[in-house]
Amino acid sequence: MKITKVAKAGTLESNDILIMVRPNEGGKIELELESIVRQHFGEVIEQVILHKVKEMGIEGISIKAQDKGALDYTIAARVETAIRRAI
Amino acid sequence: MEKLRRTMLFMPGNNPGMLQDAAILGADSIILDLEDAVSLTEKDSARILVREAIKTIDYSQVEVVVRINPLDTEFGPQDVEVIARVKPDTLLIPKADEEEIRLVDKLLDNIEREEGYAAGSIKIIALIETALGLENVYNVIQASKRMVGVLLGGEDLTADLGIERTKEGEEIFYARNKVATVCRALKVDAIDTPFTDTNDYEGLEKDTAKAKGLGLTGKSAINPRQLDTIHSVFAPTEAELKHALRILDAMEEAEKEGKGCFSLDGKMIDAPVINRATCTVDQCIRLGLISGEGGAR
Repeated sequence: MKITKVAKAGTLESNDILIMVRPNEGGKIELELESIVRQHFGEVIEQVILHKVKEMGIEGISIKAQDKGALDYTIAARVETAIRRAI
Repeated sequence: MEKLRRTMLFMPGNNPGMLQDAAILGADSIILDLEDAVSLTEKDSARILVREAIKTIDYSQVEVVVRINPLDTEFGPQDVEVIARVKPDTLLIPKADEEEIRLVDKLLDNIEREEGYAAGSIKIIALIETALGLENVYNVIQASKRMVGVLLGGEDLTADLGIERTKEGEEIFYARNKVATVCRALKVDAIDTPFTDTNDYEGLEKDTAKAKGLGLTGKSAINPRQLDTIHSVFAPTEAELKHALRILDAMEEAEKEGKGCFSLDGKMIDAPVINRATCTVDQCIRLGLISGEGGAR
C-alpha cells in the first residue's frame, strides 16, 4: 500500500504517542523518534513501529513519532491508524 | 457460575492510560466505550486502540464489554466487524431495538464461524435509552439468545421523553420498574443508569439503594471512585445473610420432618421467601462471603 498524504494519529497525553506519517518520495522507510523514555526503550519503540509498517506492506513512508510513555499496543494502534488515514 | 454484574464501569475507548488500568479498578465489568466518549473524528482511532487493548492486556479478571456505535451510523457495523474478531465477552448495543439486536446477532454468527469461536460465545447487553426501546424491552431481550442483560440509559431516555433528568430520579421510576420486572421475568441482568455526580457519594448510595429496591441487579459507573459505594449497596448485609441461612436451615428441618409448610419466628415461610433466601445465599457465595459447600452455615 502507498502513502498518499500526510496524516496523524494519537495525542501528546501521557501513555500515548503522536504519530505523523507522510509520503517518502525516495521509497524508503524513515523514522524520527522523540521519547521521554528513549534512552531505555528507544530501540523497542522503533521495532514496534517498523514491525507494524512492514506488516501493513507499506513502502515509501516518513514517520515522526512523539512518545509520551505509550505501551506497545498503543504504539501499534496509533501507527496503524495514521497509515490507514494516509492511504 | 454466572458472571456478577454489580458494577459496569465506562472507560473512554480512545484513552490508552485508562484502557490499560481498566482491569485493576475493581469493577465486575468494564465498558470500553466507542460511542459517546469518542469524538466523530476519532472513531477509527478508538476502534483500533480498543482492538489492540483486548488483544494485549490481561482482562481475565473482569468482563470486557465494548459499547459500539449505533448500527444505523457508518461506525456501528465497522465496530462489530473489527471488535468481535478479538472476542470481547460482550457487546453493548446503544439505542437497542429488536431489528438492531437481530442484525448484531447475525453479524456475530458469521464472525464466530469465520474465526472458529464457539457459536453464541460473544454475548449482548441492550442499552435501553428510548421510549420505544423501553416499551419494547421484552421483545428486545427475546431478539437474541446472546442477551445477558439490559442497561438502562437514563440520560438519553429522559431526553427522548422530553423531561428533566433530576438527581432524585423520580422521572425514571417507571423505566426502572419496567426494566427490572422484564429482566427478572426473562432471567437476565438489569443494570441501572449511572449516577452522574461523581463527587456526591451520599447521593450515589441513595440512588443505588433505590435501584436495588426496585429490583435492578447492578449499576453502571462513570468513575472508579463510585465502585465501592455501589458494591456495598448490592452486597447482602450480615443480618440479611443470617436470616436467609436460618430460613434454609429451617427448611431442611421441615423437609426431614415431612412438613410442606413451616414457620420461623412466628411467620409462615413459603416458596417466595425460600426463593429469596436462596438468592441471597447464592449471591454471598458468588461474592466469596461464604463458602459454597455449606461450611459457613
